[in-house]
Amino acid sequence: MLTATALSCVRGERLLFAGLDLALKPGEWLHVQGENGAGKTSLLRILAGLSPPAAGEVRWQGEPIRTLAEEYRRHLLFLGHHGAVKEELTPLENLSFAAELDGAALSEAEALAALSRFGLRGREDLAVRFLSAGQKRRVLLARLAVRKATLWILDEPFTALDVKAVELLSNLIVEHVRGGGICILTSHQSIPLPNGKVLKI
Amino acid sequence: MKAVIAIIRRDLLLAMRRKSEVLTALFFFIIVTSLFPLGIGPEPALLKKIAPGILWVAALLATMLGLSRLFAPDHADGTLEQMALSPTPLGLLIAGKITAHWLTTGLPLVLLAPVLGIQFDLDTEALGILVLALLLGTPLLSLIGAIGAALTLGVRGGGVLLSLLVLPLYVPTLIFGAGAVEMVVSGLSAAGHLSLLAALLAVAVFFAPWATTAALRIALE
Repeated sequence: MLTATALSCVRGERLLFAGLDLALKPGEWLHVQGENGAGKTSLLRILAGLSPPAAGEVRWQGEPIRTLAEEYRRHLLFLGHHGAVKEELTPLENLSFAAELDGAALSEAEALAALSRFGLRGREDLAVRFLSAGQKRRVLLARLAVRKATLWILDEPFTALDVKAVELLSNLIVEHVRGGGICILTSHQSIPLPNGKVLKI
Repeated sequence: MKAVIAIIRRDLLLAMRRKSEVLTALFFFIIVTSLFPLGIGPEPALLKKIAPGILWVAALLATMLGLSRLFAPDHADGTLEQMALSPTPLGLLIAGKITAHWLTTGLPLVLLAPVLGIQFDLDTEALGILVLALLLGTPLLSLIGAIGAALTLGVRGGGVLLSLLVLPLYVPTLIFGAGAVEMVVSGLSAAGHLSLLAALLAVAVFFAPWATTAALRIALE
């Protein structure tokens, strides 16, 4: 269970939002909406614990994430604007490196299964710089299929994806939420998924 | 610990894939140290006298070359964010990155130095001490350099700032490193200088990853 109370965020001299409350139980997902520059990414970074809020507090299972630190990060998967995908490495290497960084064991068979789920079978040994923008996103999203995290925080996960990949990703999110996971995402598209909350900032 | 080894392995793999970066530093070291004997001429006594200083200054500048790229690519593609969000403490992962930096830039210099030292007519004992001093000194250069690289991350014109920030901090390493070899060349014991280098290294191993991590966290916010 993730709760945030009276969050506010200041960027430069500007106050982006103040007094923001939210609570998410297992099995719920949140769609953060807002104009460009409204502070969606800033909010997600605060929730992930990457930057501290100007005021307010984020709690995970009742404990502040500041004190939980590593314990909180074990349950968290954050995918930002930038892919954290290395151009020189192959999709397979990228995926297994990400898993090792998360402290999770990932067999090659599991990694290959995740990649083929995202239509990257046959390209797992090709350096990522030879892939298209959409395929790069797919490498990144393949992490969702292998990482066993309770809380997903996804910043614009649907950008650069084709119709088929959007459907794949939606299914993955539905699966995750049904299994008792929590998902927070930003997107400018409307997302037809059940059990969602909407937050406008 | 597994994540730390993964970081080292990945950085070594990346260094293999973009060989030019590692080779640039190495060739710089070889060329600079080879130009001096050619320019100064065949005077063994003079060459022997200036050898420690030249080898050390060249090693120092060669380390500086790739320093601004230590964290910049990871910062640009979001890897640094993921490292900060890893269940493994960021300080340990950064220590892994610094280790990989030393393995790709420092260690080749240590291995090449005795070959290049022959050009300056250094005898076996002096070459041995040179290797030993570089073995203690180059990790120190990577550790101190990492603090500078982290502090100038994302700053425009960061390269110049990085040199201004890091080079003064390299001075003690240069003095004790070159001093150790000079001692042997003039027939004295290098033990004092080497102990001081080792002491500096011990302090840096403890504090530098911590300071680097603190600087990186500021850059990430």
